[in-house]
Amino acid sequence: MDIKMKIENLNFFYGELQALKDINIEIESKKITALIGPSGCGKSTFITSLNRMSDLIEGTKVEGKITLDGEDIHNSEVDVIELRKQVGMLFQKPNPFPKSIYDNVIYGPKRYGGKRKVELDEVVEKSLRGAALWDEVKDKLHQSALMLSGGQQQRLCIARCLAAQPEVLLMDEPTSALDPLSTLKIEELFDELKKNYTIIIVTHSMQQAARISDNTAFFLNGELIEFGKTTSLYMKPVNSLTEEYITGRFG
Amino acid sequence: MRTLHKSKNKYNLKESIIVKILYVFASISILTTIAIVVTLLEETIVFFREVSIIEFFTSTKWTPTLRPQNFGVLPLLTGTMMIAVGSCIVALPMGLGSAIYLSEYAPKNVRKTVKPILEILAGIPSIVYGFFALTFITPLLKTILPETQVFNAASASIAMGIMIIPMVASLSEDAMMAVPDSIRQAAYALGSTRQEVALKIVVPATLSSIGAAFVLAFSRAIGETMIVAIAAGQSPVFTLNPLDSIQTMTGFMVNISLGDIQQGTIEYKTVFAVAALLFAITFVMNMTAKAIVNRYKEEY
Amino acid sequence: MRDNNISSRKLKNAVFHGIVLGATGFGIVALILLLMQVFRTGLMWLDWDFILSMPSRFPEKAGILSALAGSIWTIGLTILFSLPLGIGTAIYLEEYSNKKSWYNKLLQLNISNLAGVPSIVYGMLGLALFVRFLNFERSILSGALTLTLLIMPVIIVASQEAIKSVPNTLRQGSLALGVTKWQTITGVVLPYALPGILTGSILAISRAMGEAAPLIMVGAAGYVAFLPSGPMDSFTVLPIQIFNWTSRPQAEFQNIASAGIIVLMILLLSANAVAIILRNKYQNRMD
Repeated sequence: MDIKMKIENLNFFYGELQALKDINIEIESKKITALIGPSGCGKSTFITSLNRMSDLIEGTKVEGKITLDGEDIHNSEVDVIELRKQVGMLFQKPNPFPKSIYDNVIYGPKRYGGKRKVELDEVVEKSLRGAALWDEVKDKLHQSALMLSGGQQQRLCIARCLAAQPEVLLMDEPTSALDPLSTLKIEELFDELKKNYTIIIVTHSMQQAARISDNTAFFLNGELIEFGKTTSLYMKPVNSLTEEYITGRFG
Repeated sequence: MRTLHKSKNKYNLKESIIVKILYVFASISILTTIAIVVTLLEETIVFFREVSIIEFFTSTKWTPTLRPQNFGVLPLLTGTMMIAVGSCIVALPMGLGSAIYLSEYAPKNVRKTVKPILEILAGIPSIVYGFFALTFITPLLKTILPETQVFNAASASIAMGIMIIPMVASLSEDAMMAVPDSIRQAAYALGSTRQEVALKIVVPATLSSIGAAFVLAFSRAIGETMIVAIAAGQSPVFTLNPLDSIQTMTGFMVNISLGDIQQGTIEYKTVFAVAALLFAITFVMNMTAKAIVNRYKEEY
Repeated sequence: MRDNNISSRKLKNAVFHGIVLGATGFGIVALILLLMQVFRTGLMWLDWDFILSMPSRFPEKAGILSALAGSIWTIGLTILFSLPLGIGTAIYLEEYSNKKSWYNKLLQLNISNLAGVPSIVYGMLGLALFVRFLNFERSILSGALTLTLLIMPVIIVASQEAIKSVPNTLRQGSLALGVTKWQTITGVVLPYALPGILTGSILAISRAMGEAAPLIMVGAAGYVAFLPSGPMDSFTVLPIQIFNWTSRPQAEFQNIASAGIIVLMILLLSANAVAIILRNKYQNRMD
């Protein structure tokens, strides 16, 4: 088993409030790991601590160790900018920039520097193809991204992440704001994406987790209750709380 | 596999330089305040070494450029207050009335055209109001009240009142628009008329904002310069007759600056002493307005 | 009895409606009278000769060229100084500083206080600081720096409002891509906030364009018969030239004063038109 990220004894605090308690997970490379649990269980906090977006919230404190390819991401030598290039993130609501489709995709690469126009054009096509959006938008690359439908916008945001050539993709309920058809399209995309990327996805839908993920982690009240292969976690959960949750008795 | 720590120093240096520059920019506003206080106080302290502070605040004669010199600031103060009160007599009812009309009576499309028109009034330079006061309002006053002098407090007050209307109107209207419609609907459902809703619900609910708007308008009128310099006259006399020529603190400052006053003379220092008084008065009023708003913040 | 009560309440409402409508009408009528007075007295005197001539003792020969040039110089420099300072301060306050720190609260309180300081007091500051202490003399530079301090609070507050309106999701989206904070500010925050910043700044600059009092204190002259050639030259500006003519007793000078006012108001209106056009252009680009 090839481990991409390893989380050891992770504790997370918002001021006095402890949002995560002693979390230990190993994220498999080029697999999809789903995080499930009722709202407020800490799964979103967990995912934002993986690319240190949580640093942006004032008054937070992290304990424990998170490694990416064996490197501690909290090490003082680590450049958080570089970390976020390698660990891309997708948000609940699509958040394309109020710029053209083209400018959205090259937003990162243009600012990392060192790319010529021709190379940027290539990046745009490759990233949009990677997000299964190229055919729909190739004739209107210079139109505003805000003209796109919600589902297209979310795939544009995926393309925007891909343009940074990440290794890990974090997704925080990426389909919660989308209609079923758009959701289906993005779920289909996941099979392609996991050939090249390690994906960690927070989802509010157990069905979605069951459909797309290889591994599933169940969070409750800031604790990791159960973690394992998705099939076995759903078929025969070890913990009774997990069983109650997936059978819909709470949450 | 890529490493996580490349190119760290390159942009970290750039970013930290930028933050430092922005910090310096932000500090300029603090330095401005300090500089205002220091420059005004410096000359004012020297001024009060030569002029008794008691004379300054109690004498009713102000003749700093004539012999014998008198340094009683009261004529300037009464002149200033007369103008401020006068302009508020115009601006407060008109501004408040406009605010009530716009927020309670006007249909949406009327509101959308009337509001920008009123805002034009706020964008017209004060020098234009001065011209208007001198060439239009004063002759008009003269036909009604023949004893009106060419330069007089009333005409400057009216012009300044017109200028301040939009300020009162927009501050009050913003507060009125913030009153939730559900409260109005409830009153209408009980059979209230618009007038009752306006005067018994909306105005009482926004009284603190209206109060703050009044104080700010008054403070603005005290500090306004060009209208009074043009239309109110240059006679620092201790009077309360609005048809007389008077002089305000700001009017005096402009008047002295137009003459050839040498640095270091007592006349030069007088300007700073008056400016310090003006700054102090407007500062206290602005803080009062802020305190009113903070103390009685409307919560819905 | 009951009917009487209702009809008297309705009457009260009608009267009150009339009163507030009248109050609103007062402002509009005043605006119309003011414009009519200016155009009635000044329009006849406004021609190219007036714009292209120097001031003169003879009203029929007098023009506003030197005042116009002085205004353009002063405002140009004021824009150059005040925009970076004002927008930079707003960025610092909204994006970098710790909102809860005492220094930030002091800055914020201080800025709102500065916005209420009478413009003539800024003139005193300019006189003491730029003209005397820094020895810039009675120059365009001293005038522009004074106006910069005067309008900075307005630009700061308008820019802060515009920056506050930028959705946080855009900032997060940008930072999550691994670009720096400053790149996020220039990449998404400022483009999004630009229409608001521009509108507020242009309003502030129009205010500076109409100011006379602080520049009189700084020592802009009433009579300048040459064109300024650099920022250290002495100068006059349109509002001061208008003031100068207004305070003369002869009727002809009142007329050229109002011709000058027409020119000034056209400049101000164009500035506002530019603000509206820019805002619409950027808004279209964004939707």
